[in-house]
Amino acid sequence: MTDIGLVLIKIVLALVWFLVITLYLTWAERKESAVMQDRIGANRAKIFGLRLFGLFQPFADAIKMIFKEDFVPAFSRKFLHTLAPFLSFFFVAVTISAIPFGDDIRIAGKTISLQIFDADIGLLFVLAMLSLGIYGILLSGWASNNRFALLGSVRGAAQLISYEVALGLSLVGLIMVFPSLRLSEIVRAQGNLLFGFLPAWGVFLQPLGFVLFLFAAIAETKRVPFDLPEGESEIIGFFAEYGGLKWGMFMMTDFMEILIVSTLLTTLFFGGWQVPWLGRGGFQFPWGWTWALPPWLVTVFQVAAFNLKVFFFCWFQILVRWTFPRLRYDQLMDLGWKLLVPLSLLNILGTAIVMSF
Amino acid sequence: MLKALGYFLELLRGIWITTRHFVVNMWFHTVNLIGIKTKRKGAVTIQYPERKKDLASRHRSLHRLMKRDDGKPRCVACMLCATVCPSECIFIEAAEDPDPEIQKYPSTFIIDINRCCFCGFCVESCPEDAIRMDTAKIDLAQTSHEGLVFGLDKLLK
Repeated sequence: MTDIGLVLIKIVLALVWFLVITLYLTWAERKESAVMQDRIGANRAKIFGLRLFGLFQPFADAIKMIFKEDFVPAFSRKFLHTLAPFLSFFFVAVTISAIPFGDDIRIAGKTISLQIFDADIGLLFVLAMLSLGIYGILLSGWASNNRFALLGSVRGAAQLISYEVALGLSLVGLIMVFPSLRLSEIVRAQGNLLFGFLPAWGVFLQPLGFVLFLFAAIAETKRVPFDLPEGESEIIGFFAEYGGLKWGMFMMTDFMEILIVSTLLTTLFFGGWQVPWLGRGGFQFPWGWTWALPPWLVTVFQVAAFNLKVFFFCWFQILVRWTFPRLRYDQLMDLGWKLLVPLSLLNILGTAIVMSF
Repeated sequence: MLKALGYFLELLRGIWITTRHFVVNMWFHTVNLIGIKTKRKGAVTIQYPERKKDLASRHRSLHRLMKRDDGKPRCVACMLCATVCPSECIFIEAAEDPDPEIQKYPSTFIIDINRCCFCGFCVESCPEDAIRMDTAKIDLAQTSHEGLVFGLDKLLK
């Protein structure tokens, strides 16, 4: 098989994984918020009398959105108005290409990495693409030619640019510890052990960096504690003039950002596809036991561990979204500039001092 | 900085409360799903169209007219309910009853549920106990206004 065919297969598989989980994050959000609030949640969508806890709800939502009118306001800039949701969607969807799903596998003498785009600048690529998502927000607000939409998009841009600084700085310490920007190498470096038993995950090496990145990344997803661009409950956000499937694309982008942030948290701080004490040949526990495994089972374990960690962080972000009230605008800027940025600078300094000894 | 630490601790407390709710409710959902009956349920929701909550005995629902032993309406067309009705939704046309003890009966008795505010004054004012609001019908939705104009035939059922 040619290499291009292989890459195409990997792209299709990764996109299917990405979009299916995004689709079911909408279901998970409804159900989890319901369980937290002693409710049941969406459970009425059914096919042939089969309800399955509302698992068909995303399809019902999709059918509803597809059949709504594709409305473009007469006073909007029509081309940019249509382009904006696609830009938002594209810049998030493309980031999945840099995420490693598992260790290299060998099939028929060929080594295949479970990653589409293993670049030297993998981490920078992901961060750059996430920042470019601002264009979707700005364009949608501006092209709508609606002052509320414009207000939302300007707030969104201000927030994203502010938190971009904290997001980048909180990762500098991590890059110093694992001296690479290549995501597969960062994950591989986390397979080592600290003091002979503790996996060398980023969260153990950079605890402060992890907390700062968590705050900044949740702010980047533009969801409730930081949802000033949208402000569902009182101000109208940047997609005020959108309806139907274009609105759905903005909503999908939100959920895709949750998933991307979860994969980033997993990859950078929780060992990616690493299972503690699982090497190429099988488990080697620090207390001396070993459990030999065939290579395909090792890969299954690794991909399952990656998925499990990602699902945990998706769950956690939904939990955060349904727990906290929204920050006021000045509180948001205070948190970003007066707390996260100085602390991440302090983190860089501390890491440098520890590493120089 | 100390203030920020206080906020952070409160954030942790909030997360703890919602996580506790999630875990406890999820536990009861799972236990009930595999068939173990528990007194406490995972959610307080009542799945409405399938399960209906019992109405209170004094709940005011759709009106009905009472009948005498011979099947005629108990109403004597005294117009008290139509007079007291704040929504003016009761329309009565009286006719003469051959029985001198009764004197009048309603030849038409219409309640326009579109206008009714379910205050129950008609029931309180009735000297003959001819109108009651105890049918326990609360799902009255119709696709047209005409469907909610209830005449003698429907009210006597």
